[in-house]
Amino acid sequence: MTKKIAYTGMFTALAFVFSYIESLLPINIGIAGVKLGLANLVVIVALYLTSVKAACILSLVRIVLTGFTFGNPASMIYSLAGGTLSLGVMVLAKKFKFFSVTGVSVLGGVFHNIGQILVAIVVVETASLLYYLPILILSGTVAGVLIGILASVIIKHLEKAFAISE
Amino acid sequence: MVKSALPADGRPMKKNDVILIVVLLMTAFAAFVSISLYSKLSTREAEAVVYVKGEEQGRYPLSQDTVVELSLENGSYNILQIREGKADITEASCPDKICVKHRPVRGKGENLVCLPNQVVVEIENGEKSEVDAATN
Repeated sequence: MTKKIAYTGMFTALAFVFSYIESLLPINIGIAGVKLGLANLVVIVALYLTSVKAACILSLVRIVLTGFTFGNPASMIYSLAGGTLSLGVMVLAKKFKFFSVTGVSVLGGVFHNIGQILVAIVVVETASLLYYLPILILSGTVAGVLIGILASVIIKHLEKAFAISE
Repeated sequence: MVKSALPADGRPMKKNDVILIVVLLMTAFAAFVSISLYSKLSTREAEAVVYVKGEEQGRYPLSQDTVVELSLENGSYNILQIREGKADITEASCPDKICVKHRPVRGKGENLVCLPNQVVVEIENGEKSEVDAATN
């Protein structure tokens, strides 16, 4: 139990720091919302190494912390929508064991973007935002592949440590 | 030892992952193609609409090169030329020639005005000009 709390706290801190690092990285290809999603790396690793519950908690805490520190209420709502949908889909994808870590990560990336654009459509009341959908699917896939490969490597190495400590 | 979360061979991707990625990329491509087709079909062609004293006198699509002479009752005139998708007043009888000096227009909502002759040429439909889009 104590270990679980420690891991969840550590992962949350890590995700928080990654969000910050990402806000410093000037990846700007001219389209709002296109980013690597480094924090998702931590969420995926936590999802595989700890539990679904821990991953949900860390994701939620991370979004709220990041929203208050670097963002604004609006960006928090977008993150929350994207994060919830993304995590939900990833949990399901992992449960059905149909995909490996990369596939789960790709689904997470794509659905994160879909969640955000759905909220944007409701807020702005313009369905024409759907025009961004192809680009967001593409960027979600690319980011998902990169994060997924990274996560596989990290999980592979951390797995041993987690197995010993349990 | 916990059961590994990764495939036995340690590779980060399985066949299913590759299929998923390919399907997603194809979906994105298909969505892109259908959206751009749809927006092309639903955008009406840009036209230069001529108003004299506030009344519509004629519509000329920007895609067809043409020269229109707008002769007014009192003998004054404006020559509207449409070339390379742009509308321009090349000659006019008015004293100030402001309408002639104005650069050719092509974007939605842009216009050419000749106050002395009370002639307005306005672009309707089509896409907004880049200048407008950038300053918005």
